[in-house]
Amino acid sequence: MDALPLTANGCRDLLAAGEVSATELATLYLDRIESVDDAVGSFLLVDRKGALAQAAAVDAKPAGERLPWEGVPIALKDLLCVKGLETTCASRILKGYRPPYDATVVAKLRAAGLVFLGKLNMDEFAMGSSTENSGYHVTRNPWDLERVPGGSSGGSAACVAAAEAPWTLGSDTGGSIRQPAALCGVVGLKPTYGAVSRYGLIAFASSLDQIGPLTRDVRDSAALLSLIAGRDPMDSTSLGLPAPISLPDRTDLAGLRFGIIGEYLGESCEPGVREVFDHAVAAIHALGGVCEEVSLPSVEKGLAAYYIIAPAEASSNLARFDGARYGRRAADADDLLEMYNRTRSEGFGEEVKRRIMIGTYVLSAGYYDAYYGQAQRTRTLIIDDFRRAFENVDFLISPTSPTVAFKIGERTEDPLSMYLSDLCTIPVNLAGLPGISIPAGHSGGLPVGLQIIGPHFSEQGLLDASYALEQRLAVRTSPPPVEVTR
Amino acid sequence: MIRREEVEHIARLARLTFDEAELGRFQHDLSQIIDYVQTLAELDLTGLAPTAHAVEVKNVLRADEPRPCLSQKEATANGPLVEEGQFVVPRIG
Amino acid sequence: MTADVSRSAGQGRAVSAPPDSQGWEIVIGLEIHVQLSTRTKMFCGCPVTFGEPPNTQVCPICLGHPGTLPVTNERAVEYAMRIALALDCSITRETIFHRKNYFYPDLPKGYQISQFDLPLGVVGHLDAELEDGSGFSVGITRVHMEEDAGKLVHSGGATGRIQGADYSLADFNRGGTPLVEIVTEPDIRTPEQARAFLVELKSLIEHLDVSDVNMEEGSLRCDANVSIRRPGEALGVKTELKNMNSFRFLQRGLEAEIERQVAALEDGETIHQATVHFDPTTGRVSTLRSKEEAHDYRYFPEPDLVPIVLDEDRIERVRASLPELPAARRARVADAYGLSPYDAAVLCANRVLGDYFERVAALTGDGKLSANWVMGELSAYLNAGGLPVSESAVTPERLAGLLALLNDGTLSGKLAKEVFQIMVETGADAGAVVAERGMGQISDAGELEALVGAIVAANPGPAAEFRQGHDRVLGFFVGQVMKQTKGQANPKLTNELLRKHLAG
Repeated sequence: MDALPLTANGCRDLLAAGEVSATELATLYLDRIESVDDAVGSFLLVDRKGALAQAAAVDAKPAGERLPWEGVPIALKDLLCVKGLETTCASRILKGYRPPYDATVVAKLRAAGLVFLGKLNMDEFAMGSSTENSGYHVTRNPWDLERVPGGSSGGSAACVAAAEAPWTLGSDTGGSIRQPAALCGVVGLKPTYGAVSRYGLIAFASSLDQIGPLTRDVRDSAALLSLIAGRDPMDSTSLGLPAPISLPDRTDLAGLRFGIIGEYLGESCEPGVREVFDHAVAAIHALGGVCEEVSLPSVEKGLAAYYIIAPAEASSNLARFDGARYGRRAADADDLLEMYNRTRSEGFGEEVKRRIMIGTYVLSAGYYDAYYGQAQRTRTLIIDDFRRAFENVDFLISPTSPTVAFKIGERTEDPLSMYLSDLCTIPVNLAGLPGISIPAGHSGGLPVGLQIIGPHFSEQGLLDASYALEQRLAVRTSPPPVEVTR
Repeated sequence: MIRREEVEHIARLARLTFDEAELGRFQHDLSQIIDYVQTLAELDLTGLAPTAHAVEVKNVLRADEPRPCLSQKEATANGPLVEEGQFVVPRIG
Repeated sequence: MTADVSRSAGQGRAVSAPPDSQGWEIVIGLEIHVQLSTRTKMFCGCPVTFGEPPNTQVCPICLGHPGTLPVTNERAVEYAMRIALALDCSITRETIFHRKNYFYPDLPKGYQISQFDLPLGVVGHLDAELEDGSGFSVGITRVHMEEDAGKLVHSGGATGRIQGADYSLADFNRGGTPLVEIVTEPDIRTPEQARAFLVELKSLIEHLDVSDVNMEEGSLRCDANVSIRRPGEALGVKTELKNMNSFRFLQRGLEAEIERQVAALEDGETIHQATVHFDPTTGRVSTLRSKEEAHDYRYFPEPDLVPIVLDEDRIERVRASLPELPAARRARVADAYGLSPYDAAVLCANRVLGDYFERVAALTGDGKLSANWVMGELSAYLNAGGLPVSESAVTPERLAGLLALLNDGTLSGKLAKEVFQIMVETGADAGAVVAERGMGQISDAGELEALVGAIVAANPGPAAEFRQGHDRVLGFFVGQVMKQTKGQANPKLTNELLRKHLAG
């Protein structure tokens, strides 16, 4: 066993066939992490000891008693609480924080016997589109180490692209799974709001956040979704999925109608991205699908609504980080106010403070209705637009990101230009819809993603269509083209 | 443009402090972003109900049945400063 | 913060200003917090308990750990509905929670989950009475649900108070306990009315069986907003008296604050919006000017919770399950047992006491006697030991047994009181006490007649005085009989026999 299996389904087959033990498999990945992660920087914490202990426990079980995914490794975005394992949200303010409980998705994966390799880098509190806002270090795009992996789940996407784990979990508030998946050439799925429990996901914007898989292919995405989805009594907003997810095997798109969102093909869309997108549209036709341009006029307001709702909720969600009960506390404060002020000012990074300030402003006395109220009404407008569109088409498509991965440092000076990276993905969160980004090709050697959006709880159909298209497009996703050395 | 005093007021509400240079920067960034999101104010959305959650769920309630608590040790394990099982905070006054 | 609702029909009854406030009209509104007696907290499964070691009745949710989410306690909603319906409020068909954002070390999430513009209940009223029997009605603005904060202990410094402390200690056992907040209209016109209203409210909630309503333990807490004005003028600037933890302190605190406001305005000063602290030991109030941004709570709908829809069926089910409320009970009890309104009010002030009385009255068939004993001996015994009725050593059945012995002449009133004391000490029933200790009355005329004859014969002087018309000498003879029978002689029979012998 020399070569890494690149997919989780591949890992599962090897384990089932007895060609590799769980310990050998974990060791392969841990060694891979050791050799490439200094260059890529996907991980904030590698739990070698814990992973090997979990793997040994799997190996100690008789083969006949193992669960289907038992022994398959996984890595987790660092905003998912794992009992006793440092969880920081890539923030200095949570340095040393060890949650006293498992997130529901973590408990589910634990029960399924998956092996946790470690915690993945991200933009601090998931606020960002490049993983440059991590309080610890930047993560580099395995396709070009001078470029960002996208964000906020940049560590989760880079980790899969660099084959440091077969699959990972991320979270998506405005595109934080789909955009980095697109920029790193992997598959990223944001489920319908409520399909997956948020309990134990450190909140950024509660009404928008969803946990989802980042994987090398569509079948792994379906498998990981089926492991984490479900109604959770600990999350009032969770519903689960209407039916269990099965592995997609559809090979054509006959009878399916795809709506091309016209608003996303304007001047903000790079020509190279447009070219790949057109190629994907041709592939849909070739598979028997029908594509037509549709208009969703309200989506252009999505970004503004998002930059009210998300910071407003975040300003409140992040109030608990005050240095009193956990995490970092500023030393030697004379009184309570000083402790609060210094703990938070020293502990949060610039972008987090910026969003707390925006959120506090839009909620403060006299502004609520003009900002938050108006943004929530805009949300209604966007939901209505999507609903109308889905009366005529089965799915909506667009480029996942208007550009390919940009250079590290290129957009950090201009917050608004950074926010524009999520133009195509944000309305999907506002409407609570499922959306997937699959690799569609390359532009200038860098991956380009195709976003497919479906109605609420259409995950099975979305995965089936994605699978057919994935087979047809046959985009090279492995091995990582950039040879990473220490 | 958001006034400097407003930025200071918001910072006080959010329990954040900034030096002069940061205040200037935040005043600029905040003004730019607020100008941008202000475009929503131009929309006539009268008659539209606000959406709190995109997927409607109602009446999620929990039976009044106890669940296990943490031990005092577990509850305070992350505390930066703990005395007799309680979290210590500096004087409030 | 108030909901945008029309004012209740019950508010605004004219009450003239009391003479000691120099022509100023007093305007008082109350905000009452009631801790619900559910088994678990509002949004997590931790038990609601008192007196446990710090931070042992907590979980990641009520400690505000990152990633945790609230889930609403169904029984808390039901209890809150009972309160709202008993206060005659309209129930909001789709009620939601909001976040109230502020920083404080007893608030683990940096916000309190509360309600804002869609509270559970709006526009109700509660009628109350002063001791002189005059009634008044107070409008209820809103009834809403929220979670309690944790507890802070201030350490170092001299007083244990927040001022001067070196540091504070936070315990979150209480954090997340379900609370109902009741806000009244500014319909209250005197401190005495405020007190009477709170007494009535406490009794009401106690009858609903949804809270311990114990002011000392903090399961019933009251803040008061008070201002004064010249009759007919616009409302004056109000101040807020915080955390009055007894009926008496509420009244005294209000009196002191009104006195301060009257003095200030009479001196041409202005009243500033402020929080007022009442010190019961000095009887004085001290004010704390509120900071400008302290009140910007940045309310917004709690995104981690979903709306609660209360349809007509649900509301009517809860309404139908309400027990008889105190005002109705008082009227019925007075009528059914032939009691004065005052006695009925005393007996029904507390649900368990009312139940106790009604049980005794049913068993004895004598309402007046039962009332006298419950308000007399039983209450004296309970008060002396600081016991609630529920912990009485004498059950209603046993008290009824004692009263039966009193009614059939086995025991005199005096003896019955003695037997009651023994019942309290031993827990035995009245019949057993009487039998064991030979405490029954001597009602045997033959036995008594011999004794009476002997006593009269032995005291010729007093007997002569009686015959000359000095009727009070009879008392001397009764005393002698009682002395010799250790108080067991039937008093009525003794009287009869003495008169017969003395006349002879």
